[in-house]
Amino acid sequence: MIKKIITLFLILIPINSHALIEVDITRGNLDPLPLAVSPLSIDEKSRKSFQKVLKKENIGEEISTIVENNLSTSGLFNPLNKEAFLQAPDIANLKPRFEDWNLIKAQALITGKVNFVDDKLRVEFRLWDVLAAKEMMALAFTTVPTNWRRVGHIISDKVYERLTGEKGYFDTRIIYVAEEGPKTQRIKKLAIMDQDGFNNKFLTLGNELVLTPRFNPTSQMVTYLSYFKNLPRVYLLDIETGTQEVVGDFPGMTFAPRFSPDGKKIIMSFAKDGKSDIYTMDLENRIVERITNHPSIDTSPSYSPDGKYITFNSDRSGYQQIYIMKSDGSDVKRISFGNGLYGTPVWSPRGDLIAFTKLHKGKFYIGVMRTDGKGERLLTENYYQEAPSWSPNGRVLIFYRETKTNDKGEGFTAKLWSIDLTGYNERKIKTPTDASDPSWSSLLSN
Amino acid sequence: MTLSKILKNTLLVLTACLVLSACATKKEIATDIEGSMQGDVYTGTDTVKYLAEGVPDRVFFATNESILTTASRETLRAQAAWLRKNSGINVVLEGHADERGTREYNLALGERRANAAKDYLMTYGISSDRITVLSYGKERPVDSGSNPLSWSKNRRSVTVKAN
Repeated sequence: MIKKIITLFLILIPINSHALIEVDITRGNLDPLPLAVSPLSIDEKSRKSFQKVLKKENIGEEISTIVENNLSTSGLFNPLNKEAFLQAPDIANLKPRFEDWNLIKAQALITGKVNFVDDKLRVEFRLWDVLAAKEMMALAFTTVPTNWRRVGHIISDKVYERLTGEKGYFDTRIIYVAEEGPKTQRIKKLAIMDQDGFNNKFLTLGNELVLTPRFNPTSQMVTYLSYFKNLPRVYLLDIETGTQEVVGDFPGMTFAPRFSPDGKKIIMSFAKDGKSDIYTMDLENRIVERITNHPSIDTSPSYSPDGKYITFNSDRSGYQQIYIMKSDGSDVKRISFGNGLYGTPVWSPRGDLIAFTKLHKGKFYIGVMRTDGKGERLLTENYYQEAPSWSPNGRVLIFYRETKTNDKGEGFTAKLWSIDLTGYNERKIKTPTDASDPSWSSLLSN
Repeated sequence: MTLSKILKNTLLVLTACLVLSACATKKEIATDIEGSMQGDVYTGTDTVKYLAEGVPDRVFFATNESILTTASRETLRAQAAWLRKNSGINVVLEGHADERGTREYNLALGERRANAAKDYLMTYGISSDRITVLSYGKERPVDSGSNPLSWSKNRRSVTVKAN
């Protein structure tokens, strides 16, 4: 539904100017690019129409605020204070006076216009290179008015892509587990929200324990673990229709599910008689295949983006370590050899890295290593944190963190956090309740 | 009745004497806490419930381990004897882990712990048909503390009546 509603028209083909500005994404946010996001201009008639439909005073300003927040959150851009802007939004969109924008040290400028056309929301926006005094990009979208937040995210993605040379990650959603209640009797629900924390929606009621939701490649289906009727099993949920079904109805516990990169299979652990092995289930013909067969615990499987390999967690060496194998289960190789225990390996969407959780000397770390296990880098250290999930462009990791309780066992919280692959730009993500087990969707509009 | 029970009672009396005779300084409280763990396996009775008189409902494990201690085996023999006497009762063995491990691994670890208990019950003549294993991983701690003693109480397999 989400994908179909939004129609995207290009009115101008991006001009191939030799831009002077370029943002180096690999360096961290030591020197974010100063940029001006001029509020999208809006005529009085359109403003009133949107006010009626969306109950927003000025939808142009609202959309540009989304863009501003996204770009600022990425850590790569520094949106300048609007009060310093000299040019009115409508005139700036026609022809910016580059000297004015240069004066406030903006290197890039975003301008645009919003119209109410045939009950639809029409947005055009332009990205300008202030130093070169040139237009870098001009695009327009038409969509239903209720999609206005997504329009802000799509503009953010286009700007990010134009300035960094890589796809953005703003028009995305996060599925996670919402938590409430005392630590000994936690109530957990599946919840979904936009990447920036808006449009939060609970997908289950909290009657049974649910854990570890993960999106399929099109982000319309979710696989997760539910304790429905006290039988821990892997389930499949269609987000649009709300239909749920069991997929891991084996005589024992099925858990740790994930989709294959083509979305056709679910890979998961099956625990029986004290050992856990990795299995796949083909969603079309329901054929179950056993991938590992070892008396140890084999869990947390994750496919490489090309589907040829699987990384997983096993204690076959005596302790939790990270392994890789071919997708048929052959050629098993241990790749983690540092000090401590390693868990939750997740293959990056770019294919070159594996993110993990590490426990060493009573501290938990989120880190990355190359797929041969070399080049380990620890990004963040804390009392407890785990379960990294990659942004679709492979530049940011989202995970959850729990706090230590005091002497009386009080003060427990669980929250979502994100951090850049560079190890910079660590941020807490706002959620209406406590939260854990985040999974990042793919880019909803490509 | 049994030697261990006599010993336990003696210990309790001794502890009581200590508390009574000396001012309860911080140092003694620390000793008391250490007294309820051996290695890092919980040996106290704080959280223990009883299926019947003299039949504790749970056994405790060391960090990352699913090996049954001598005390655990004794508890499970008592449970087996009780189950033999009450042949109409079925049980669920609920396996748990502490909060210091990743969620998915802990689910597997809880299952392994409950299975260790199940295997032992079966050795003492209890049919596997009467036993269901259920792992909660770290999802249902009994103690919400963030310290070694709390964690030791949470690393457990609890035998629960199913009917």
